[in-house]
Amino acid sequence: MATQAQSLMEPAISAEHLVRRFGNFTAVNDVSFRVEKGEIFGFLGPNGSGKTTVIKMLTGLLPLSGGDARVEGLNVRTDSEAVRERIGYMSQNFSLYYDLTVEENLKFYGRIYSLDPTRLKRRMEEIVQLNGLGPYLNRLGAQLSGGWKQRLALGCAMLHEPKLLFLDEPTAGIDPVARRQLWDLLFELSGHGITFFVTTHYMDEAERCSHVAYIYFGKLIADGTPDSLRELPDVQPHGTMRIEITAPEVTRALRLARHIPGIRSATIFGQSIHALVEEHFDLDVLRNQLRKEGINVTEIRPLAPSLEDVFVELTYKHQSLLEAAGD
Amino acid sequence: MTNLFRGFGAVFYKEALHVRRDAGTLFFSLTMPLLQMFLLGFAIDTNIRQINTVAYNADGRRESRELLDRFKNSDTFHIIRYVENDHDLNDMIIAGKARVGIKIPVDFSDRLLHGMSGQVLVLIDGSDSSVAGQAINVSTAIGLDESLRRVVQDRAAFAVDMRPKLLFNPDSRSPNFFLPGLTAIMLLNVTTFLTAFSIVREKERGTLEQLFVTPVRPFGLLLGKLLPYLGIGFFELCLILFFMRFVFLVPIHGNVFLLALLSLPYLFAALSLGILISSKASSQAEAMQLAFLPILPSVFFSGYIFPRETIPAILYPLSYLIPATYFINITRGIILRGATLVHLWTDGLALCILGAALLTIAARRFRNKVIMA
Repeated sequence: MATQAQSLMEPAISAEHLVRRFGNFTAVNDVSFRVEKGEIFGFLGPNGSGKTTVIKMLTGLLPLSGGDARVEGLNVRTDSEAVRERIGYMSQNFSLYYDLTVEENLKFYGRIYSLDPTRLKRRMEEIVQLNGLGPYLNRLGAQLSGGWKQRLALGCAMLHEPKLLFLDEPTAGIDPVARRQLWDLLFELSGHGITFFVTTHYMDEAERCSHVAYIYFGKLIADGTPDSLRELPDVQPHGTMRIEITAPEVTRALRLARHIPGIRSATIFGQSIHALVEEHFDLDVLRNQLRKEGINVTEIRPLAPSLEDVFVELTYKHQSLLEAAGD
Repeated sequence: MTNLFRGFGAVFYKEALHVRRDAGTLFFSLTMPLLQMFLLGFAIDTNIRQINTVAYNADGRRESRELLDRFKNSDTFHIIRYVENDHDLNDMIIAGKARVGIKIPVDFSDRLLHGMSGQVLVLIDGSDSSVAGQAINVSTAIGLDESLRRVVQDRAAFAVDMRPKLLFNPDSRSPNFFLPGLTAIMLLNVTTFLTAFSIVREKERGTLEQLFVTPVRPFGLLLGKLLPYLGIGFFELCLILFFMRFVFLVPIHGNVFLLALLSLPYLFAALSLGILISSKASSQAEAMQLAFLPILPSVFFSGYIFPRETIPAILYPLSYLIPATYFINITRGIILRGATLVHLWTDGLALCILGAALLTIAARRFRNKVIMA
């Protein structure tokens, strides 16, 4: 009983003060986070910020320079092979063998994970059913479209029934419909208690995660649910509010708005401007100022910060911190 | 759980599928060596015969004509034209139409008749050193022989009678010389290329990265990828030996099974070179370039075409680091000289040491540059 309760309590991933150095360069700097079972954990950050390094550390490929990590209750330092046994991994380029058929690809991964023939047969049927790969079994990997390649790659990664799946940019380069279908599938699977560790550059995907973290130059600068991040003081400083200004000639309007006192920051979003302003900012001042320059504001409305706003704000703040530290 | 070779079976099976799917590449890599065998075995003859020669006989009497006949009968010279002046003689050589020009002066017969030495000018194009060397040797020999014949009438009276005898390749057949060495170069070619390509292809596709995140152990992975190509290399060896024996009629004096046994460490060394290349190259094009690197020293410093004795002293030690050096000695030893393990164990040992060293370096580099990169 006790062990069962313990295993229920145990997070899927717990990373404590992870450090990875390459020579003088610190790629991952004191990163800590927890991923609970059944979560869809979105791991975000610019290219080269350390996302892949963290995945490699958690999957036991890269030794840790410091800190500790437990994955599915196993220490990655000492049990990396057992860790790899229990996780699934799908890389961004859907690592399939193009000259092997769909069926051969699946069988190969089944053998890699040493599934016995009856279990392999059962799992293959389930995967084919779940991913709708049935009509394509005898097709070569190279002949599949992006979406189908990704489904097959996901199928290969899930064949051994892992409870935790690492998906490294699973939707890079596939069409919107396939993207949507993949996320539907992820939600369904997470409902069955499977944990997902997903990296992505798409903010709409980040919004769908139950838990997101943002890594910037090796430092974890945000960690929480999307809603809790929106309320961070750095994102929404006390005494400020966010507004959306819709107007023609947005670029010129932006240039003007940036010089109006009371507007702390402003960026363009499509055909409108997102601005962070003082809480008691008089919106009429803004309207009049812009009208004087010949721009008639169509609409101004309050706005909850998007995750993109969150990450942009946090990145600016940490950039200035880094620059200050550099001086 | 602690199976060091985990994943070997799966990788081996998959690799075999790749090879079968890509039958074109396999066919090409197996027939290329045969093509080279035909080129080297039939088309190239290292024995220099029938050198194009131009003659200017200013004398024209019996003695001079007899001398030219001696040249013709030597099988080394083939007189393609007789000219009438020095200018034409020179021109033919400069134009490359003749490699040797023989000029017999107008007083040649007179001098011989008066018991003086008759001088003959032999102009030799030095731009090809092996042709030039042969022309010098044969023309000097003709001169000596002719002189001796005039001084000593009875051949039995020669003070020293040198009787050279060629062992192992009595007819100086080129295939006998080239093909055993070619075996070594071809095996290197096939195995190094194929392994390097099979790994780099997975690197390009990202499947290698994927495999590292599975419970496959590096040993299982590498061995699973190597063994199919080891098998292909071995098959290639048999194919080459078959053609050598039955098409080119090179007699195999030693034990074929010993040759097969000693080819194993050589193949391992070659496959390790393939891994080494794949740890450096990130694309198949790059691998292609790099795969030529071991080929060049193996051709030039191993004694395959040029005797190792001709390598400059500074570079000579390098030839000891080239696996082909030992394997060529083994193939020639077994095939031509009928050597046994008693004669060849040092070469075998050297190959084992080189193979083990290369595999260790390759595996370590693979770990550091590929798995942990």
